[in-house]
Amino acid sequence: MAHWLSQPLSWTTAAVFLASAVAMLLVVLLFVTYAIYFERKVIGWIQLRRGPNRVGPYGLLQSVADVLKLLVKEDVIPDRADRTLFILAPVIAFVPAFAVLAVLPFTETLHFADLGVGLLYYVAVSGITTLGILLGGWASNNKYALLGGMRSVAQMISYEIPLVISVIGVVLLAGSLNLKEIVAAQSGGFWNWFFLKQILGFAVFVVAALAELNRTPFDLPEAESELVAGYHVEYSGFRFAFFMLAEYVYVFAMSALATVLFLGGWHPPIESLGFVPGLVWFALKFAFCVFFLFWLRATMPRVRVDQLMTFAWKVLLPLALLNLFLTALVKELVA
Amino acid sequence: MIEYINNYVLVSIFVLLGLLLPVAALTLGRFLRPHRPTPEKGKPYESGVEPTGSSWVRYNVRYYLFALLFVIFDVETVFLYPWAVAYNQLGLFALVEVLIFIALLLIGLVYAWKKKVLTWT
Repeated sequence: MAHWLSQPLSWTTAAVFLASAVAMLLVVLLFVTYAIYFERKVIGWIQLRRGPNRVGPYGLLQSVADVLKLLVKEDVIPDRADRTLFILAPVIAFVPAFAVLAVLPFTETLHFADLGVGLLYYVAVSGITTLGILLGGWASNNKYALLGGMRSVAQMISYEIPLVISVIGVVLLAGSLNLKEIVAAQSGGFWNWFFLKQILGFAVFVVAALAELNRTPFDLPEAESELVAGYHVEYSGFRFAFFMLAEYVYVFAMSALATVLFLGGWHPPIESLGFVPGLVWFALKFAFCVFFLFWLRATMPRVRVDQLMTFAWKVLLPLALLNLFLTALVKELVA
Repeated sequence: MIEYINNYVLVSIFVLLGLLLPVAALTLGRFLRPHRPTPEKGKPYESGVEPTGSSWVRYNVRYYLFALLFVIFDVETVFLYPWAVAYNQLGLFALVEVLIFIALLLIGLVYAWKKKVLTWT
């Protein structure tokens, strides 16, 4: 990719870029299909059930069947809904989810855009999804949707602060916002990965990332016991599918980001294992992050809304700032 | 410079492709899905009972306060990112400066804390 990025822009390079982006889209769609299947299987196994096993061998085609079903469902738009915003909302929620993938590096050579401000780009663009969720909840003209949307936005903006501040520690250590340089700063064994040097920052990051992804134990926006479904009550068919898709694409993006920032990206845990390709190491760490999300969903109960907001502002934010201060101080004293 | 432009071309391709997928999928779906609207389907869902009153109800004022706090701290991070990148060259002086900056904003957080804005009741 670096070769093509350094060529002057022509139709050939543009075609290569387009082809790589389409390939990424297909990979992500495949990931989402089987992440959903795998999630249901894992939770099934944890709860001593079998999980999906009817559609195709071992239920492997379950998600495909679900998507086809959504595709042929009637698209109901409530009469008094704000039509334009109602149609726009799922698109606004999905586009940033896919756009953030453009900056994630998977190995030394396999990456897309190599932005100097990669991390800032990720943080800034992923914030736009919040807008789509708020619009969806508001445009539905439904009380539950509005409450769910409001709650969702309050949660996402509250946890965005500790999330972005916790990664500043990584930026301090790496001295760069470029994700490739951040990974390069973690070479030479697992003791150089930032999750050890940034153990406090990593803890804050994990909790805040869970809340940003609206995953259990922070899945209040979709608290079905009190809000029916949350911001997407009125959505049906493929519009609903795009909200779900955005959520799972973020699972992909956030797991990849955690791997890049804290788990050493494509670097092997010890130098002598360097003969295994970097992509394998990346995939292993990435898969662990994804599994961790599913594991938590089967383990943790949902937190209460008052605990949720208090926790973000009174615990996570001071901890993230403390981490920032300690990192800068240690760096000043050591250097 | 070439790389700089190319990187952003690639980013724009990702954005365009992200726009294209929902548009294409929803247009394709139009030919596959039924469309039989009835007055009942057009009503907002309210657990099966007739919806009462407007759906754009009042919501808790706390959401606004959280939004205010968010703006304050989000702008703070905008200043912290460049500081963190350049920290290697800036040294102790910049650390003290940033501490003063964070302390000023923390006073705001402590104020909100004391005013019980952060407690959800």
